[in-house]
Amino acid sequence: MRVVRYITQPTRMFWLGLLLITWVLSSYSFSLYKALGARWIIKFPKKWEMPLADTISEAMKWLVEDASFGLFTFREFTRFISSIIEWPYQVVRSSLIEGFSTGQGQQAVEIAPALSWIAIIVVLVALARYAKDWRLASLVGLCFLYLAVFGQWESAMITLASILIAVPLGVAGGLTLGILSYRSALVERLLRPILDLMQTVPVFAYLVPILFLFGFGPVSALVATMIYAMPPMVRVSTVALQTVPAEVIEAGTMAGCTQHQMLWKVLIPTTMPTLMVGVNQVIMLSLNMVIIASMIGAGGLGYDVLTSLRRLDIGGGVEAGMAIVVMAIALDRLSQAFAKKTQDDLPKSGLSFVRRHPWLMTVGMIVVGLWLVGLLVPSLQSYPEGATLTTSTFWTETMKWINVNFFDIFEAIKTFFLTYLMIPIKRFFVGIPWVWGIIAISLAAWRVGGWKLGLMAGFMALFIASNGLWGKAMITVYLCGVSVLIASVIGIPLGVWAGQNERVNTVVGAFIDTLQTLPSFVYLIPVIMLFRVGDFSAMIAVVLYALAPAVRYAAHGIREVPSQMIEAGKVSGCTSWQMLWRIKLPMATPSLLLGLNQTIMLALSMLVITALVGTRDLGQEVYIALTKANTGRGVIAGLSVAFIAIIADRIISAMAQASRERLGLK
Amino acid sequence: MKMKYMLTAAMLTATGASAGVESLDPIKLTTHDWTGQIITTTIMGEVLKAAGYNIEYVQADYIAQFAGLKTGDLDVAMEIWETTGREAMDEAFATGNVVNMGETGMDAIEEWWYPAYMEEVCPGLPDWKAMNACAEAFSTPETAPLGRYLGGPVTWGGFDDERVEALGMDFEVVHAGTDAALFAELESAYQRKAPIVLWLYSPHWAPAKYEGKFVKFPDYSTECYNDPSVGMNPDAAYDCGKPTGPIWKVGWKGVAEKWPGAASAIGKFNISNDEMGALVSKVDLDGVSVDDAVAGWLDANKATWSGWIK
Repeated sequence: MRVVRYITQPTRMFWLGLLLITWVLSSYSFSLYKALGARWIIKFPKKWEMPLADTISEAMKWLVEDASFGLFTFREFTRFISSIIEWPYQVVRSSLIEGFSTGQGQQAVEIAPALSWIAIIVVLVALARYAKDWRLASLVGLCFLYLAVFGQWESAMITLASILIAVPLGVAGGLTLGILSYRSALVERLLRPILDLMQTVPVFAYLVPILFLFGFGPVSALVATMIYAMPPMVRVSTVALQTVPAEVIEAGTMAGCTQHQMLWKVLIPTTMPTLMVGVNQVIMLSLNMVIIASMIGAGGLGYDVLTSLRRLDIGGGVEAGMAIVVMAIALDRLSQAFAKKTQDDLPKSGLSFVRRHPWLMTVGMIVVGLWLVGLLVPSLQSYPEGATLTTSTFWTETMKWINVNFFDIFEAIKTFFLTYLMIPIKRFFVGIPWVWGIIAISLAAWRVGGWKLGLMAGFMALFIASNGLWGKAMITVYLCGVSVLIASVIGIPLGVWAGQNERVNTVVGAFIDTLQTLPSFVYLIPVIMLFRVGDFSAMIAVVLYALAPAVRYAAHGIREVPSQMIEAGKVSGCTSWQMLWRIKLPMATPSLLLGLNQTIMLALSMLVITALVGTRDLGQEVYIALTKANTGRGVIAGLSVAFIAIIADRIISAMAQASRERLGLK
Repeated sequence: MKMKYMLTAAMLTATGASAGVESLDPIKLTTHDWTGQIITTTIMGEVLKAAGYNIEYVQADYIAQFAGLKTGDLDVAMEIWETTGREAMDEAFATGNVVNMGETGMDAIEEWWYPAYMEEVCPGLPDWKAMNACAEAFSTPETAPLGRYLGGPVTWGGFDDERVEALGMDFEVVHAGTDAALFAELESAYQRKAPIVLWLYSPHWAPAKYEGKFVKFPDYSTECYNDPSVGMNPDAAYDCGKPTGPIWKVGWKGVAEKWPGAASAIGKFNISNDEMGALVSKVDLDGVSVDDAVAGWLDANKATWSGWIK
């Protein structure tokens, strides 16, 4: 009786009905096509497909070869930008690693060597001490010492050079767009869908056009990094500026600020801590791009990871990958410290410059001193090669041992998962006829978020189908769905545990931080060695990467449960189990949904990387387009991935909103 | 980086040739993501440096680089394989902005390959019919009873799905996403002496590191690929092995006008499969750096390369 009542509730009726029809259609679509002789049921008719990919490729060709502003061509324009970026990049690169010289190639004469490795560490340690305390300083120092000791210094400095250029440019660009969209609602509305696309279109999709426009080499990699890393800065700065308290602005107006003064003397300083959160995001995303950037000529640590793994030197890959992780940790903590730093009292103005800046002077003297001594003592200039360590053999041997002894167990686990979980889900999604698929997604979106959302979802799904990508899109949804499911099953309990226990939180936090910054390529190869090429390997790689938000948001949600609710639970005599299921988890639902949303986004962005394993989804389509230098095909497939992401994002956000309202939270 | 400067300095004093080059603008040679190509390019680059030219190595994608070669953004690509680069080359030559600069002397081989221990399980190897007869020995739980053949990335082409169909083979083709994935599986199977048959190519370190052989298919001919009636299956094309072919040097058309001497040197560049195989093994298996391996080759073969830049 209870079951019947449970089911016949109208909302549940709707969802059950939708699922049932989809399941029936999915199971019988093939027989239906055979019975009616209507192939269009399972496959979008070729003659209705839009020739959009070719149009885009043609447009790109025109842009690169013919487009002109009268005085100069579009290509000359982008090349001009490219040379503007290249100049500071070369300066930074020269001072970190290559040294300055005049003339080119063999006629080059060195004028000044690069900074000594010790000097660079000293500068960073001093920065960390200035930003926070000696603990942070020693952490940063140890991180960079790792780079020197494990022989990663030269590559790490090349990577650091591109970060040092990409981050300020990304921050400046993001801040500018943020200010513009703060000032004009129109700009904000125009910018929002563009930002959505920048965050969801896989990077591989726009690498080819960038290469054509900005030329081959590190500058293109820098541009790609900026596009990828900028959106959070735009969002953060828009929100930060919009939430400046009205009193502060009024105070500025009363003091007679001009618009310019208002911005730079009032708004920006007030929002500084929030803006620094954006800067931190830009840094982390730039580091995420290191591997992909190295595919188009950025060099550095990413290139080392790729080349070591290409010759199956797993240890070499792990070391270079860990170098990216330690660099990320150092830069992350450093920028967070700056974000939290409160403005010191202004130094007393009576003192001389030297006395007012003791840190700056000391560090400056050390750097200059080391630089002079380094001219005579080479080991001070660059870390002696003989003193580097390597763990390469250890990793290779461990991997071999695991492979030889445990392969059969892994094989059994894999077969179990494939047979009972992955293959049935794959059949379900791939079987859905495209017409019903479009209808179903529109209905679901309409139900959750109103007719506008329904219409948008329908159009996006139609776009995917009409470009002949329906089948691949369904494989994408299946792979992503399975991975998100497993990531949630592992991640949410971990997060709930971490949310209730501080010590667990520290350990789990460190673990998922490492997983997120360690380039996925590093574990992709061992995963293939143990599980072979196929969907299962791809799924593991996606789960490892997408685990982080599931854990983080669950922990956050549990921690943020209002204390009076917990008190109320205690008073009414809840057991700790009841407390978790009846109070904490329901209250944490909005946060869990946000975590789910982020898990899906990360899973989708990872699918493009797993194309390197050999999947047959949209990620593979984007990758094929990249290797064939086919702009149109890449952009269409990239947009399709973005549309799936946007549909999922909007539906889940609407659900989170609804559940917040149900719980009476804002 | 530093190594390269020292190398150049040493050779400058050795040959004393730096005067008389047509332009001091750097010649941009492209490097890709496999070791053999980087070695070929570095040898060429260092030889040109010895002749007094300035060289810049630019990392670029194998196919995407053609866009740069057409406009002169990039100057020379040292390894375009007949087997994988034919389409892109033809398209680029058709524009008239890219020219063929001759063979490198190396021949590309690409074919199904199996490790030697499989001959115990399947005695008739390397014949493809014998392999087909014991297809089940190559199966995995996902593909059984069909054998599993690990093909290259979809972008490499190779017509393996068509070949399996045309020859009526009991194999399922699984495509790896990158060559790294391909060799990861081989390494794993080889450690466990597990059954495997996969796409390998030469010159590469893998055929040098692992003991094994290429499968013998019916010989390749152009007709076999284009004409269904040719070959053992009268109704299907691709009923034969894969083509082998030269590895070409390709360049921007302006190279010969701007640096005629360099263009002639690049044209004369020649190295054999065996020499390259040895160099690749040195780098990928023994962990010698590319620069050291190239310096060693240059020392040992001075007579050869000084002939190129005369």
